[in-house]
Amino acid sequence: MDAPQDTDQKKSSPRRRGATAEEMSEKQREISVSEFFAKNRHLLGFDNPRKALMTAVKEAVDNALDACEEACILPHIYVELLQRSETRFKVTVRDNGPGIVRKQIENIFGRLLYGSKFHRLKMSRGQQGIGISAAGMYGLMTTGQPVLIISKTQKKKPAVEVLLKMDTSKNRADVVSEIEHPEDDGLFPEGHGTQVSIELEGRYQQGRQSVDEYLDQTAIANPHAHFTYVNPSNETIEFKRGTSELPPEATEILPHPKGIELGTLIQMIERTERAQIGAFLQEEFSRVSPSVSKDICERAGITGRTWVKQIGHKEAEAIYKAIQDARIMAPPTDCLVPIGTKALLSGLLKEVKAEFFTACTRPADVYRGNPFLIEVGLAFGGELPKDELIRVIRFANRVPLLYQQAACASFKAVLETSWKNYGVSQSRGSLPDGPVVVMVHMASVWVPFTSESKEAIADYDEIRKEMKLALQEVGRKLGMYLRRRQRMRNEGERRSIFERYIGEISQATEAITGTSAKQIYESLLRVAKRKTEEADAVLNDEGKRVRDSDPFGKDDSVVILPGRVAVNQADSPDELEGDEGSTKGSPTPSKTLFGDEVAPNKKPRTRKKA
Amino acid sequence: MAKKSKSTDSSTPAATPAVKVNRSVSNQATREKTLSKILELGRSVAKSALAETDPFVDVPSRTMSNTTYNETRRLLQMGDATLRRNLFNTGQARKFMQMVLLSKGCKDLLEAQKTLSLRGMYYMSLHSIAGTKEKTFDDQEESDGILEDIEVAIATLRENLHLFAKKRGTMVGNITVIDNGDSIDCRRMGTGGYAIPSICEPSVVQFGKCDAKFVLHVEKDTVWSRFNEDRFWEKHNCILTEGSGQPPRGVRRLLYRLNKELGLPVYCLLDCDPWGHYIYSVIKQGSINLAFESERMAIPDAKYLGIRSSDFVRCGLSDDVKISLNDRDIERAKQIAEYPWFIKKKHWQKEIQLMIRNGFKMEVESLITKDISYVTEVYVPERLKEKDWID
Repeated sequence: MDAPQDTDQKKSSPRRRGATAEEMSEKQREISVSEFFAKNRHLLGFDNPRKALMTAVKEAVDNALDACEEACILPHIYVELLQRSETRFKVTVRDNGPGIVRKQIENIFGRLLYGSKFHRLKMSRGQQGIGISAAGMYGLMTTGQPVLIISKTQKKKPAVEVLLKMDTSKNRADVVSEIEHPEDDGLFPEGHGTQVSIELEGRYQQGRQSVDEYLDQTAIANPHAHFTYVNPSNETIEFKRGTSELPPEATEILPHPKGIELGTLIQMIERTERAQIGAFLQEEFSRVSPSVSKDICERAGITGRTWVKQIGHKEAEAIYKAIQDARIMAPPTDCLVPIGTKALLSGLLKEVKAEFFTACTRPADVYRGNPFLIEVGLAFGGELPKDELIRVIRFANRVPLLYQQAACASFKAVLETSWKNYGVSQSRGSLPDGPVVVMVHMASVWVPFTSESKEAIADYDEIRKEMKLALQEVGRKLGMYLRRRQRMRNEGERRSIFERYIGEISQATEAITGTSAKQIYESLLRVAKRKTEEADAVLNDEGKRVRDSDPFGKDDSVVILPGRVAVNQADSPDELEGDEGSTKGSPTPSKTLFGDEVAPNKKPRTRKKA
Repeated sequence: MAKKSKSTDSSTPAATPAVKVNRSVSNQATREKTLSKILELGRSVAKSALAETDPFVDVPSRTMSNTTYNETRRLLQMGDATLRRNLFNTGQARKFMQMVLLSKGCKDLLEAQKTLSLRGMYYMSLHSIAGTKEKTFDDQEESDGILEDIEVAIATLRENLHLFAKKRGTMVGNITVIDNGDSIDCRRMGTGGYAIPSICEPSVVQFGKCDAKFVLHVEKDTVWSRFNEDRFWEKHNCILTEGSGQPPRGVRRLLYRLNKELGLPVYCLLDCDPWGHYIYSVIKQGSINLAFESERMAIPDAKYLGIRSSDFVRCGLSDDVKISLNDRDIERAKQIAEYPWFIKKKHWQKEIQLMIRNGFKMEVESLITKDISYVTEVYVPERLKEKDWID
């Protein structure tokens, strides 16, 4: 935020004619944050009308979800896009959250950089306190219409309706009108909630990076939330819950010494209420025990009893350096709330029509003193398109990231994973192709975005490494599944080869030897069954045979929908020819992919010539 | 190719009833022996099936690596290596089925005491597999290969299975043969000559009066016709045969018997190219693919009369007859030179090297550029007189 002042100064820097310092000082004045963002709205994700519409919805929904979760309420969120004209929309987002007390309304919706989330280290969707106010400001600038907020905090209190108009020069909002509105109570059947309506210039288009996609993906990452979406064509789409369990609340943590920069450290020293440096270190940071504090102080050439007031720039630098050298335990990671493999799967299951699902939650790790963890979900096959590159959907603290895919660490991690090992083809330097959706989620108390509009996760080695490990884990499971599926096909094919020839062989053998063909046939059939089973047996790590009628039997991180497998098989052209009989006869084959009983119903497409 | 051969006409009444005619396709002892071998194969399949194990047939391997050159006997012999063919192997199941199927076909044929062409046997065993559109054989080639497998697997011969190939090869000369009871005077065969049958076993073909002193085998019928028209066999008192390129088993068997039973030396007149060299090699020591038959077909004393690389200069041929060697020819020539039965023969090494150095090959017909009958009146008589051949 210092940058704009710099540029202003440069503009008025002495030219040939020369301006006096006095003249210049007249033009030098503070610029408000709101003004800065009003001019640089692309930094907040309002670059074009289409993106602006999506960003407005996103900011409102993110806030609603955060509020509901903090209040331990299962979120039910209503989103409506009302098209006023070709380029004008009214966005309304309503939640069943705790509501907002009257006096905070203008702060929350009217001021940039005002919020509860910036100063704490706690996992939440919002971070900076910019989003919703910026959306309101964008609306005001493009349509001149104020933001309408209706909030109800208690059953007994009436709803409050406030019209807010942003004053960009003051980073403050003026209340246009304010009424208590008991009629609006119908909006909040649970007795509490908030509704925000913003009129703005936008463009509605379905497909990638649209409001629809944002809601689709949000529903995947938030299976505990119910979304009701009314699109501009006035169609209502319900995203139902996949689970009724609220995610556990994230706990707040103190900053980790290794995670702060010198400037921040100096600021903290200036602001602290502690008198002595030892107490400051121990109380305001996580993982600083008395002995660690002593170690740091010794390294910095001071003692724990040194007064904070005596710490100047030089000492602060010494402390900073000491912190880098000291051995300090990694920050606590219980502050992170993963979506969890179970919820991830339920989210994917309800929104992606695939046949195979798996998910993985990595243990927490640390980058720059900030704890984080990575989760990856993968869906394969079913109705997913076969001849396209795989789709990567990205999330940070359960919020979908729709833009700047190529700049995101998760995208790079997907590129760097050797998908060929898992049976998915991949050309060098590009995404693999196949019917796959990969979802990457990063949960952290502070997600390092590449910009304020929160579109891509910055590429830290630690983060990318964790992402790759998670991708490898789901990849391995996909590979197992694909190999198993191939084996199943092979087995059926193999057995049918044998069965076809056994008839011929037993008849010819009877003609030669006189031994009953029936007897030979039945004996050979038994051998055939045994042989195909043997050939398809899987050996475990110790070389012992695994009875793998269901290799993922005890694996909670995998879901297979055999019904969709059948659809998929019939889709692929090479499967169509040979088995008309079997699929036409029973549109939903009784066979389950990993079941014990497998009907040998496949005839090989091409005859094996050896 | 499935032309009716005389040998199948066992029902035709004998032309001269007074003479006792032997029209049996094969002798009973051989037939019964072959039948018992087929039965053995069938029983082994039935036995392993009933024991619920994987049925198999061991097929001796017919590859170069399983072929050895016996220096003392000067012929190719098949080694002991076998390939096991299992039913319960996806790559072998179909072949296994075909083998059992054709074994049954051969058994039926033997019991009926009739013979069939390879193509006939293919048709006899050809049908769709119950419940599918798949046929037991894709083409005759597939069936022919399996029949050769059966031959080696039960250590018998195609002739003993009552199978014959498409007829190829012609003979004319100072000899009478008795073919399935009919006397055939090879001195009176007109322009066509006597078609050498595919089965030339003593049970079918016997030799009558023979005045010939040697056999001249030429590569193809065009050259053979030149010699026949010029009555070469009459002038030089010999037998004239051709094998339409690589001679089929019938021709080789006949040559072998003429050499062995009647003591006639065999001279070959073949093209000067790797193909011609290999024809000579097969006549002399047997083929790699049919090494198991060498003992009854190879003629270690056969001589190579021509054409030779040096003939281009010696006979003063024009450049027009040169046919450039391509890469494959050169490769094949080097391969032949490396064969154990060629490697120690200096004349052959020289011959092949000269051909490669010349960079061209020549056909027997190239001699016609000198004169229409140069080959019959000058070339061959001179070579024979000077005993100028390679061994």
